[in-house]
Amino acid sequence: MKKMQKQKRHVPPAFLLMTILLMAVALVQVFPFYWMLTFSLKSNADIYGGNIAGLPTTLHFENYVKALTTGKIGVYLKNSILITLSTIVVVALLACMASYALLRMEWKFQKVTFALFLVGYMIPMHATLLPLMKLLGKMGLLNSRLALIFPYIAFGLPFAIYILSGFMNAIPRELEEAACIDGCNIFQIFFRIVMPLLKPAISTIVIFTFLSAWNELMLAMTFINDASKKTLTYGIMSFEGQYAVDWGTVGAGLSIATIPVLIFYLIFAEAFQKGIVAGAVKG
Amino acid sequence: MKKILRDKRAIILFVLPALLVYVIFAIYPVIMSGYYSFLEWNGAGEAKWIGLDNYKSLFFENTDGFTDALLNSFVLAFLSVFVQLTLSLILALAICHPRVKKQEKFYRTVYFLPAIVSTVIIAELWKKIYHPSYGLLNGFLSQIGLGSWQREWLGDPKTALIAVFVPIIWQYIGNHMLMMYSAIKGVPGELLEAAYIDGASYLQTCFRVIIPLIKDMLIVCVTFAIVGSLKVFDLVYVMTNGGPLHATEVPGTLMYSSIFMKNQYGYGSAIAVFIVLECVIFTFASRWVMYRMFGDDSNRQDVRRRGRKSK
Repeated sequence: MKKMQKQKRHVPPAFLLMTILLMAVALVQVFPFYWMLTFSLKSNADIYGGNIAGLPTTLHFENYVKALTTGKIGVYLKNSILITLSTIVVVALLACMASYALLRMEWKFQKVTFALFLVGYMIPMHATLLPLMKLLGKMGLLNSRLALIFPYIAFGLPFAIYILSGFMNAIPRELEEAACIDGCNIFQIFFRIVMPLLKPAISTIVIFTFLSAWNELMLAMTFINDASKKTLTYGIMSFEGQYAVDWGTVGAGLSIATIPVLIFYLIFAEAFQKGIVAGAVKG
Repeated sequence: MKKILRDKRAIILFVLPALLVYVIFAIYPVIMSGYYSFLEWNGAGEAKWIGLDNYKSLFFENTDGFTDALLNSFVLAFLSVFVQLTLSLILALAICHPRVKKQEKFYRTVYFLPAIVSTVIIAELWKKIYHPSYGLLNGFLSQIGLGSWQREWLGDPKTALIAVFVPIIWQYIGNHMLMMYSAIKGVPGELLEAAYIDGASYLQTCFRVIIPLIKDMLIVCVTFAIVGSLKVFDLVYVMTNGGPLHATEVPGTLMYSSIFMKNQYGYGSAIAVFIVLECVIFTFASRWVMYRMFGDDSNRQDVRRRGRKSK
């Protein structure tokens, strides 16, 4: 009894301290973004006048207009969306098909091929930069969106196939057998029976592929020169160089690039977090 | 059924597209990087086979400060393991505290938030934070009366390295926290209850029950932190591109400038190959060392096995 009382008296201050600590960390994680939003709406006069961390005195939405039009952030955003979306769709489809053949069907070199795919997860994209540039040059793909889509797909596949292999093994074979008896051919079995069962794995793949393709910088800045084909990562870099002294416009550009992802994240927070953990546990 | 699963035509149709893209755009380039690393080649003219000379000049001639760059990446690895992971672990344990249950999701979402924002944006934002006259950091210092501490954080070779590493560590604290958190949630509830009934405080439970049980995940985190640090590029490139005076050079930025600034294709490829090898070696070595250091004693294995079953 005494002990319980003691605990009751002791825990709250410790808990209070912990809450303060946790809130402080939360503030540190979020404050830079809050600050970005505030200066995206300020004028230079406001910032140079010493209003660094405060709220804007008047809201300058024209910063956003400038970033989107003359700053071309809108174009970069479109390119990033196109490239990321095609990468995701192709990775998900090809990985599902390949892992079905690799894990369920029966052929001679399936183990070796599976191992070959998994090796890819150890390769950093950096290490392929120069040969890829030469290769894409020969294919005449440099400076096009495909120059990024192909490598992104190639580097998305190993992870996707790994994730799928776990799920694939968990699908009971009886389902496919039943479908077979009902007269389905292999394509019907795959698209009607197997694919729908892989949905949870696919959502993990989508998130993981999204983050890596959307955020990729090194290939994007090496293979693309044309301003009309730049992705957000590289675009933001040149944009910042161009408007360096124009704080409001830079802030607006950064905010435009951040907000869509942020909204997705806040809606699908659980799925995002599950995707990351799944990708890590693999290691 | 057997016949259907051995349908050659279907197998080819299923595997070939993925295999082709993968081999052409991932495997072939890596092999070619290995080949280039034995050449002296400026990209345009004749390539000359020089064997291991590129690797020799990486370490022994050290003309462009490769060993310093390597050392910088080790500093980052050290900070990631000891500062970042410690913070992540404290946060993960704290938000798993039974009393935090209600706010748990909020904390998780907020801590992880910087990790989803692209590194380029993080880098540009932190450049603004470090801005000498209108940046958040110097502004904050003058507000709290430490105006004398103000400096050009990224422009001064003395502070540039640490200034670049802070955002890297900051960005991925939530990532590691999340991995550890998910492992903690996998610890069977009976064990925590048993510890509670035995009168253990939460702190004791953490050290005696939770941390030993999530050891595997901690090892994964350490490996990730090390390998991630060794191949760091984006953030350093955007913030300083290795400057000022090469103070923040890392192997990734050096590789990029050797290839695209100095046209040393062979030499740059040797750096690329070195990074790959280094990552593979560190992945295995760090695991081996850690399993040796915190080797399983039989009791704990018992507990873990029980834990697995109830999952």
